[in-house]
Amino acid sequence: MDITYTYQKKRSEFGRQCLFSDRGPDLIDNYPSNKKLAKEFILRDPVHRGTLCAPIQAEHYLNTMRAEYTSSSMNHVEGGWPKDVNTADEEQTKRYRRKIEKDEGFNHTMMQLFKSMENCIQQNNAINIYQQYFSDVEPTPLVERSSARTVNVYQDQSTPTRPVNWISWSPDNQSKLAITHCNLKFQSAIPKETAVSYIWEVENPNRPLLTLKPEHPCVCLEYNQKDPHSLVSGQRNGQVAVWDIRKGYEPVEQSLIENSFRDPVHSVLWIHSKSGAEFFSASTDGQVKWWDIRKLSEPTDTLLLDYAKDEDQAIGNALGASCLEYESTIPTRFMTGTEEGIVISCNRKGKTAMEKMAARFNAHMGPVLALQRNPAFVKNFLTIGDWSAKIWTEDCRESSIIWTGFHRAMLTDGAWSPTRLSVFFTTRTDGILDVWDVLQQQKQACLSVKVCDEKLRRIRTHDMGRLVAVGNQKGTTYLVEFSENLATSNKNDKVLLTAMFERESRREKILEARNREIRLKQKSKQPQQNEPIDDEQIQENLPALSDQVFSDNMVKQAEADFYGVFEKEKKAAEPPAAEEEVATLESASTATVTDQETVTEPVSKPEPAKPEGKGKKKKAP
Amino acid sequence: MSNEVEETMKRIQSHKGVVGTIVVNSEGIPIKTTLDNTTTVQYAGLISSLADKARSVVRDLDPSNDLTFLRIRSKKHEIMVAPDKEFILIVVQNPTD
Repeated sequence: MDITYTYQKKRSEFGRQCLFSDRGPDLIDNYPSNKKLAKEFILRDPVHRGTLCAPIQAEHYLNTMRAEYTSSSMNHVEGGWPKDVNTADEEQTKRYRRKIEKDEGFNHTMMQLFKSMENCIQQNNAINIYQQYFSDVEPTPLVERSSARTVNVYQDQSTPTRPVNWISWSPDNQSKLAITHCNLKFQSAIPKETAVSYIWEVENPNRPLLTLKPEHPCVCLEYNQKDPHSLVSGQRNGQVAVWDIRKGYEPVEQSLIENSFRDPVHSVLWIHSKSGAEFFSASTDGQVKWWDIRKLSEPTDTLLLDYAKDEDQAIGNALGASCLEYESTIPTRFMTGTEEGIVISCNRKGKTAMEKMAARFNAHMGPVLALQRNPAFVKNFLTIGDWSAKIWTEDCRESSIIWTGFHRAMLTDGAWSPTRLSVFFTTRTDGILDVWDVLQQQKQACLSVKVCDEKLRRIRTHDMGRLVAVGNQKGTTYLVEFSENLATSNKNDKVLLTAMFERESRREKILEARNREIRLKQKSKQPQQNEPIDDEQIQENLPALSDQVFSDNMVKQAEADFYGVFEKEKKAAEPPAAEEEVATLESASTATVTDQETVTEPVSKPEPAKPEGKGKKKKAP
Repeated sequence: MSNEVEETMKRIQSHKGVVGTIVVNSEGIPIKTTLDNTTTVQYAGLISSLADKARSVVRDLDPSNDLTFLRIRSKKHEIMVAPDKEFILIVVQNPTD
């Protein structure tokens, strides 16, 4: 069926009709050319014109077809019945079943199946194959050999490579590593050396996750344990910088250079605060500064490591801090190790600088390179310096309670294992990573791993205990995995270690008291002979003292030999006229020489009693 | 003849720890059972398809081989399946009693 509709409109509604006709051109207006204007014409030179070299790109938006999902359901019913059987009708199903039962094959097969089935049932009833025989016996821990293997290697991406200076594990499952590279050699400006540091994903050693590009190389870089994106770093020029890895490779903020340190910042650590925004840093210029990342223009607090009254303090006399230690469970306390080998235990609550620097320990002969409290026994801490590692207790100021022998290679860093309390790691300049277990053996490391040929510089442990990251002089960081037995504490370890630390600190305390007694005795004798003859007096006392202290004949023998050699040397060197002075000179120089001797002959120490009576305690029974 | 089957079934049911016995035909229809209806239907459907799958696994691995018995050990009990061409015998046993 066609649908038609007629539109109608009158001619008058279209408007006036147009009438077109032919006609010649009309000149309406005329502008003749003006010669004067032509003379005023200036050629534009130079010409500015914008062009685009880059390929022109267009932006397009596309919406892909959306996949549509529907939810539908299905009703399952009993299946398998023949079509003519109505499953709802019980009578029919029964009849069908009976039909099958009457089938000839049914009885036959059933009897066969029953036979094998009965066999199985009886088997099950006869024996219980899953029976636990010794369920009440505790499984003994597997005896495992200590071992270590290198899992991953992270290399400095720039050439020339720079030493690894700091390693920090990220707080989120510790899946990332922040590694700083910095050349701290004094006044060594190496051309083409870059300032970059890296953040690595532990799983991906091929390419760093992020390359940090500060103006000056970072010496230290520390993750905020409350915020996995936030880091602080100390630069070589003394500034501290705050980083946010979401915002890219440049520091978010830096401290003002006039409020910063005068030396490289050797250590930064976050403080356990409510805001999670506070940290403190230390440098070898002798200052410790506290900062707040919300106000980085100036430090919130400064401490000068100088043992003088507040008004007499001078930065020139201050002790250069080489490392810091902070334990979040005792937030007002912290410790610094200095370049002079002194460890200072500080309390922020003190009013004056002297009060703040409450306790000092003469720890090492060289700079204290590492300082860490034991994660379980915060009173006990580990120091690394010169050629040895020492364990101290806060109660004994004069001597460490446990110490290693002097190594042939210098030690560079050390750390406690976070999971096995008695284990600590030390790194050496000959590329060996030592694992010490004070409960197993104290004479030597229980495992030594040659990680590489270069100097190892830095070690940081993963919180799970099995992984450690060690960085070396060539800028390479190795991820080393230890066997399970070095990462887990046994049941009795804590008790045994407590007993050990207590026993050792008691022993040290007794020796300390005895030393004090001896010193007091000497002091009371001194005033009678006011001349500097006291050296002679000590010489007199020496046999008596040494009889008490060194009951060992071997030690006596060694001592006599030592003095014999010394006398000979003296006589050869001195003109015979100056014989009177020999006695005084001799005892004065014995002190210095003994010092040297401990340096050069670290293993066997036939050390004579120093005039101050200091070296004796080590030989005490 | 059918009496014999009944008796054997009773005997099996009387064994220690036996929870239920089901006979299923090749279509998955329960012919005889000592359990209630819903459980039986569930067992019949699921086990018959599992037995088919198990048989095809064994046959695929070695065409000359065949499935003779299937024991499924679970936390609560053991399901023993004796398959045949036409019928499947399923016994549920609680062996730890």
